Amino acid sequence: MRRRAHTQRLLASDSGVTIELVIGAIKAVVIVLLVLGLTTLMLWFERKGSALIQDRIGANRADIFGLGKRLGMPNFGVINTVLADPIKMFTKEDFVPDGADRFLHGLAPFLALFPVIITFAVVPMGDILKIGKYEIDLQPANLNVAALYVLATIGIGVYGIALGGWASNNRWALLGGIRASAQMISYEIAMGLAIIAVVVTYGTLDLQQMCRAQGGVWFGFLPRWGILLQPVSFLLLLISGMAESKRVPFDLPEGESELVAGYFTEYSGGKQAVFMMTDFAEVLLVAVLITVFFFGGWQVPWLYRDGFHFPGGAAWLLPNLAVAILQFVAFWIKVIILSCLQILIRWTLPRLRYDQLMRLGWKGLVPLGLLNLVATAFVVVAAGGK
Amino acid sequence: MPQWLFAFLAALAIIGALGTILQRNLVHCVLGFALVLIDLGVLYMGLGAVTVGFLQIIVYVGAIMVLFLFVIWLLNIQADTGVRGGASLSLKLVGALAAAALAAELFVVFSHAPKLREVRTIAPAFGSVATLAHVLFSRYLIAFETTSLLLLAAIVGAVALARRLAGQSAEVAAMPSQPGSAARESRREVA
Repeated sequence: MRRRAHTQRLLASDSGVTIELVIGAIKAVVIVLLVLGLTTLMLWFERKGSALIQDRIGANRADIFGLGKRLGMPNFGVINTVLADPIKMFTKEDFVPDGADRFLHGLAPFLALFPVIITFAVVPMGDILKIGKYEIDLQPANLNVAALYVLATIGIGVYGIALGGWASNNRWALLGGIRASAQMISYEIAMGLAIIAVVVTYGTLDLQQMCRAQGGVWFGFLPRWGILLQPVSFLLLLISGMAESKRVPFDLPEGESELVAGYFTEYSGGKQAVFMMTDFAEVLLVAVLITVFFFGGWQVPWLYRDGFHFPGGAAWLLPNLAVAILQFVAFWIKVIILSCLQILIRWTLPRLRYDQLMRLGWKGLVPLGLLNLVATAFVVVAAGGK
Repeated sequence: MPQWLFAFLAALAIIGALGTILQRNLVHCVLGFALVLIDLGVLYMGLGAVTVGFLQIIVYVGAIMVLFLFVIWLLNIQADTGVRGGASLSLKLVGALAAAALAAELFVVFSHAPKLREVRTIAPAFGSVATLAHVLFSRYLIAFETTSLLLLAAIVGAVALARRLAGQSAEVAAMPSQPGSAARESRREVA
């Protein structure tokens, strides 16, 4: 009897619930597609960009029916990156070495990629979008402890790499896996300290609230972006984030000259592609976190909910839809710029030695992060606290 | 939390716990344990303690279980070395005593717990960071600070021990065992 009443109540509010669900599903699909698409873009930028830096030509072979050549267009390597190489990778033999732990060997790449992808669920891509009577928060999952969620998923990311190295039954892979997990655990501490300092500054763990707090201006013209409040945290997060994504100058887990390819030595085809995608998704994740914490997230300078209000006093009012689109585009432009910055750093610096890596992490970044946190706490309390 | 979700998570936790104690390969055991800990974190969140749930995953799954993996690899513990049915009598006795003590404790706790029908609804702020921090820094302040002092002492002790060991001659550590280590060793002997 009671159950039937419950069902009827559910049916009464059915259409509202269904639309909420549909909106949630659309947001989830949009963010996953964006992340995967941008991962491919990063891959292309890495190949062509590195070629540019090193005065090479880079990927330029694949062409569909010679169409590009017939039209007289230069080959930018887009077909290589988007079509030819993925097809080649996923149709290659999926090789599992003799004596490997078959189950974990197969599971590891996905155990590495999954935590990175789900972290994007709490990323605010814009403020509120109004469609009809619905107000859509452009954050896929509105979690009020989002900063903790980010730390938790990054913490789980270690397993895929460590187990991939162990399950391959290969000494180099194992050494790579051990190096990777030691490095990731060490730099997670600096990363956590940087994020906690930001949390103390804004007095919230909610990423959407942090973005909102970065709206407005100082002295009439300067955007209230977090980098001006927490420059030390920005450096800490950038460095420890690059160490988390295991790329040069922190790419000791793969160290080609010592370990063949490190933890993915024994991976081929699709599984290796998944490991590679994890790296680029992590680059993107670091860029997203830095954008949200330090570059105002979706904030556009001088853009408010009802349009632009320029320093001089001039105003340009815009409808809600235009504001939402501007915020969305601004957010991803910032993310792409920061991802490209990471790729530039990767092709500029040489690899660290392992003792240098550990010294930088434990004796450099961790004490700096602690000092920054204590200083932040003092300032926040002195300024009245929240 | 809907009842089917609780049932699913509970079943998953039991499977993980069984995996922890029944598998022969220690790395698989650690993974079973990690599954249990993630599952507990999700259960906390479902019951309203969201902050504690995430902290559980960050601390236990993100840090402590990785250290377990490290210890297994660095101590080079071989798989399949478990004693097969031949545990000593004293081990069995101690195990039985510990299990009985745990069962008695669970019985006492559950017999004092409020009946399911009498459980009050929880306050909306329950489990939030602010509530948790308020409780930690007022009611349990002394316990909290004592624990942090204890942890600090443990860290200093660990550093002191590691430093003394580093002064002595370092032995070259053997490579940790991997899934196919045993077969590889035997092949080497044949060759």
